[in-house]
Amino acid sequence: MGQVAGKSSVMMEIRTPKTHKAKRVLEKRAPKLVENGKKTLILHGTKTSATVSSVLMELYRLKKGGAIKYSRRNENIRPFESGGETSLEFFSLKTDCSIFVYGSHSKKRPDNLVLGRMYDHHVYDLIEVGIENFKSLLSFSYDKKIAPHEGSKPFICFTGEGFENVQELKQLKEVLTDLFRGEVVENLNLTGLDRAYICTAVSPAKVFLTHCAIKLKKSGTIVPRIELVEVGPSMDLVIRRNRFPNEGLRKEAMKSSKDKPKKKVKNVDQDDVLGKLGRVYIPEQEVGKIPLPDKSKGVKRERREGKVKKNKEEGSASKKLKESE
Amino acid sequence: MDTEMDQIYQIDVGNLLAFNPNHRFSSAPSSREELVKECVTEGTKLVQAIADTLFNFPSTESVDGPLVQLPPPTTKLPREKHLPRPKPPTKWEEFALKKGIQKRKKDKIVYDETTDKFKRRHGYDRVKDDNDIPIIEAKASDEPGEDPFAKRLDDKKKRVDKQQQNRLQNLKSAAKAGALPSHVQLAASALPITGTKAQPKKLGKEELGDVAGLAATSTASGGKFDKKLPGEKPTKKQGKHHRYLPVVPRYGWVDEEKEQTNKVLGKLLSKHSHEILNVGKAINMYNDKKEKKKSGRSDKLKPKKDITKKKPYANKANK
Repeated sequence: MGQVAGKSSVMMEIRTPKTHKAKRVLEKRAPKLVENGKKTLILHGTKTSATVSSVLMELYRLKKGGAIKYSRRNENIRPFESGGETSLEFFSLKTDCSIFVYGSHSKKRPDNLVLGRMYDHHVYDLIEVGIENFKSLLSFSYDKKIAPHEGSKPFICFTGEGFENVQELKQLKEVLTDLFRGEVVENLNLTGLDRAYICTAVSPAKVFLTHCAIKLKKSGTIVPRIELVEVGPSMDLVIRRNRFPNEGLRKEAMKSSKDKPKKKVKNVDQDDVLGKLGRVYIPEQEVGKIPLPDKSKGVKRERREGKVKKNKEEGSASKKLKESE
Repeated sequence: MDTEMDQIYQIDVGNLLAFNPNHRFSSAPSSREELVKECVTEGTKLVQAIADTLFNFPSTESVDGPLVQLPPPTTKLPREKHLPRPKPPTKWEEFALKKGIQKRKKDKIVYDETTDKFKRRHGYDRVKDDNDIPIIEAKASDEPGEDPFAKRLDDKKKRVDKQQQNRLQNLKSAAKAGALPSHVQLAASALPITGTKAQPKKLGKEELGDVAGLAATSTASGGKFDKKLPGEKPTKKQGKHHRYLPVVPRYGWVDEEKEQTNKVLGKLLSKHSHEILNVGKAINMYNDKKEKKKSGRSDKLKPKKDITKKKPYANKANK
């Protein structure tokens, strides 16, 4: 917005979206106090091997609701070089994605995967891993009934002291949590828990990652017994290069508003004598329009109960017959 | 201090995340399957630990199944965008704050005295519609011959324009503070207005090519050695466009230069020269030119020529 000193000679105009849909999209993408779930951008570089392309494809399938996959080659993206991030930042801006997974293959770095995060659509941090011993999800055979549903919230488990002691593994742990987490939800349906990601630090530079389905088995208590069955892709991640986030940027990104957006609670008063008082509004009763009960023949309680009794008698009668036989 | 079986996991229920920091592989696993098995068993333990806490939460029954309220996540992860910045107060807001003006809620239905009815404030059949005024009484300060109705409309237009300007200024100051509302974009709508009143016309692709070609031929070597941008197509006619007639005529050929000049002379001095040369038109053109020079008229549409500037390549052949 160039302004010449003195009189502004640049004509500015205010552009607002002409449709409600466009307005909603813009408001969704605006910076907010409580943010939406991060979307993932999956793309690949000039050359990819079969392993890398299947890894990217399967990762996309695992994150179906919140991921965008680009199928074309991107020759000018080099995440670790200073000029090679502009394309990535542009894509991130256009698709509103804050995590990206960039796969490539070269002689020096075979089966390479770069996981990165963005802050304000600029690169925040990067970590480069090599894929070894990759097993695709098609190669696992299991009972299809326990297959995890698309978009379900996963359990994420990390094992190993490496994740605490080694800085690179610590960063990888954070990135993987961000990647697999999905949306932050307040209410969770307990029947919808069907997947888990297991990451184990095998050595200070190697992590074994696998995706399992959850089987809930009956146990004596409310808490069911958990059984994990490997279903999904499993691979070894070997740490190669990484870039830690800039300290100042990290501080800014970790800043959170301490107070949640204060929801105004209406119709509640605090009285010194009586304590908490509430106001209840009863809508006007239109006696002529009250919905009358369903008095059709089959729905009446006496009829229902009579039927239940009859079935019981018949059941016991048939049992007696069987016993006598 | 730590017991052998220190199995304290770091559990974050809000994220369904569990971390076991105390595990280490006691011996190098013998085979891949062993490793996988051990990892899965460790994972099972962790998931079980989370489930223990999760299933003990008070659950509400819903259509799909038991719903549980998750606590907020404890692991801090970086945000994806900056925190929303506070918007600077607008000019009106500052003024209202200073004067202590409170906002008043306006009703949608207002009483109209002229018709003794309740009418809506905005929209169809509204209270103070500009079109409905039958009579405007003349005041002492009014000029005769001035249309008060037109004046009203004009005043309204001015007010609306002023408000637009104010709105633009408020948005600009908000944009400066980095707090532009998400659905608004400020864009430069036109190139800066210089001395001319004419709006610069947008050139199309072909026109740009033509202009570029013209510029190329105006160079000394006729655009032959000009550096081209990647993707630029070669000019339609490269090189210079002159056809110089040979000074020394070729053997057996007619002297073309002589022929050329003779032709022109012949036309001028021929018997029917008055038919060829439109004397009246010539006189008019001459007089016009003289007048133009005299008045020193500056056509606002024509860019003014700077006489003090020297032309680097004065093309003498072309006049």
